Amino acid sequence: MNKIKKIYLWIIMIILYSPILVLIVFSFNSSKSTSWQEFTFKWYIQLFENPSIQSAFSYTLIVGFVSAIISTIIGLMAALTIIKLRGIKRRLIMALTYIPLLSPDIVIGISLMMLYSTLNIPFGLITLILSHITFNTPYVILSIMPRLMQLNPNVYEAALDLGATPVYAFKKIILPDILPGVLTGAFIAFTLSIDDFVVSFFNTASGVNTLSIQIYSMARRGVSPEINAISTLIFLTIVTILTVTNIRASRKAKLEGYFY
Amino acid sequence: MDNFIIRIDNLSKTFADGVQVLNNVRINIKRNEFVTLLGPSGCGKTTLLRILGGFEEQTEGDVYFEDSLLKGIPPYKRRLNTVFQKYALFPHMNVEENIAFGLTIKKVDKQVIVARIIKMLNLVNLQGFEKRKVQSLSGGQQQRVAIARALINEPEVLLLDEPLGALDLKLRKNMQIELKKIQKKLGITFIFVTHDQEEALTMSDRIVVLKNGQIQQIGTPIDIYNEPNNAFVANFIGESNIIDGIMLKDCLVEIDFIEFECVDSGFTEHERVDVVIRPEDLQIFTNQDGRIKGKVTRVTFRGVHYEIEVMTQYRTYIVHSTKLLNVFENVSLDLEPQDIHIMHKEGPDE
Repeated sequence: MNKIKKIYLWIIMIILYSPILVLIVFSFNSSKSTSWQEFTFKWYIQLFENPSIQSAFSYTLIVGFVSAIISTIIGLMAALTIIKLRGIKRRLIMALTYIPLLSPDIVIGISLMMLYSTLNIPFGLITLILSHITFNTPYVILSIMPRLMQLNPNVYEAALDLGATPVYAFKKIILPDILPGVLTGAFIAFTLSIDDFVVSFFNTASGVNTLSIQIYSMARRGVSPEINAISTLIFLTIVTILTVTNIRASRKAKLEGYFY
Repeated sequence: MDNFIIRIDNLSKTFADGVQVLNNVRINIKRNEFVTLLGPSGCGKTTLLRILGGFEEQTEGDVYFEDSLLKGIPPYKRRLNTVFQKYALFPHMNVEENIAFGLTIKKVDKQVIVARIIKMLNLVNLQGFEKRKVQSLSGGQQQRVAIARALINEPEVLLLDEPLGALDLKLRKNMQIELKKIQKKLGITFIFVTHDQEEALTMSDRIVVLKNGQIQQIGTPIDIYNEPNNAFVANFIGESNIIDGIMLKDCLVEIDFIEFECVDSGFTEHERVDVVIRPEDLQIFTNQDGRIKGKVTRVTFRGVHYEIEVMTQYRTYIVHSTKLLNVFENVSLDLEPQDIHIMHKEGPDE
């Protein structure tokens, strides 16, 4: 029985990861066709020499960092306010938080595009960052809320009672306790930002490309090993972020003796 | 007048949803006094404490701390500290860091803090616990840390919100004695909230009995126990027989067609009154010496005494006695004048 379970697990893993594995393997293939020739790094080297990819890479990082930081701040403030609400008000706000999460990217992308053109905001880096903040913020709120709900409300009051100003009490008492949730939110936001194609595609101007848009425009001219190389890099980045987040979470869980 | 450290003047509080939790509360609290706010849940006692701590604001009335108004002063500027119901220790700090919190904010010298922590840990009997994580402590130990954390700031008034509620009976009894000792030793005013009447009677200098946000009685434990103001207080502070009676004239009351001498006066003639009789004050006779005749219907062993139900022609009395009686035995009951407590009937709104 155990053997069957193991085999079953492996089949699922293979189905899930074989496309990516093929992609990684071919990113090291010296031939442009799908037949293997010999191992090479030349696509990676070409990648770093390609100015449009370099620019897309830096735009991706800028948009990722800036939107992750701003949406974390907005999400944290929102969560701190939502936790004070009771009953129907809280449920309403939480429902409104879930809607962008559940609606298709294409809807968010197009509605943001409509909004920017109605307001006459020129498309470019600014609209790109604003859009990413928009779809990141709900994820940040949702990763902070559970930590906040576990907090004993008297703990904050106890800090005030012992002479802490509200700002000091927040910094010394609330923040250390919810920090894991805040960091998780920030990581998720950054990952989603790197990951996004649809929303970015509708809300940027020519010349301001993220990596996913760059890949799309390259792929329209035919799949090249360069695309394999860049996709491999994005995949590895996200795997790294996820691993770091998970290790942190499990360490924390071990320390505290329970899981979140 | 200046003997009062806290004066609570006509305090009322109505929440946003229209529920009134405090109604015209007036209490003057003396320096070094142990005052207990006692009442069932929802009587407003915790709200009153939270107003004193600065976590809620009253709708009407004033609170004076040494003749200066407390209203509008944030919690971190008040010279009183709170011990919360569920301890509210800071989870990511150890015992020492928790206790030092208040002094660290005041930027007190490190060595002074360390010395005072040792003093506090001695006071609450937790010597050597400095580096322990708060999660690793038992409920009773966490409670002691919470008390030490508040007392290290040398507050003039300590507010305690049902601090012993989560402890088991034996630990609670120990902590009651210890808290009282600490209060006497430090000479601090304690304002203690509880719904446990026995706890209130054991620890307090004065008890404030609250019901539906209104003060029912303020007095020493002995006064409140022996001379309850109304049937609610009598019933809440220990078990009581509360019986309808008619006040024939001063010092003479009629209960179930029998006239009893009593010590109360100031009632109108033939006023219908509540008569409160403590179960331990009823004398029980196996012969017919007593004026109230009845039959034993139930006997329960209660450790020191038996709880005996005696049914008369008109009602059932609860009697506490060390005598062992048999069920269905014919008995009689009697009362001394000073054991009869007469109370005005409560208004129709009660």
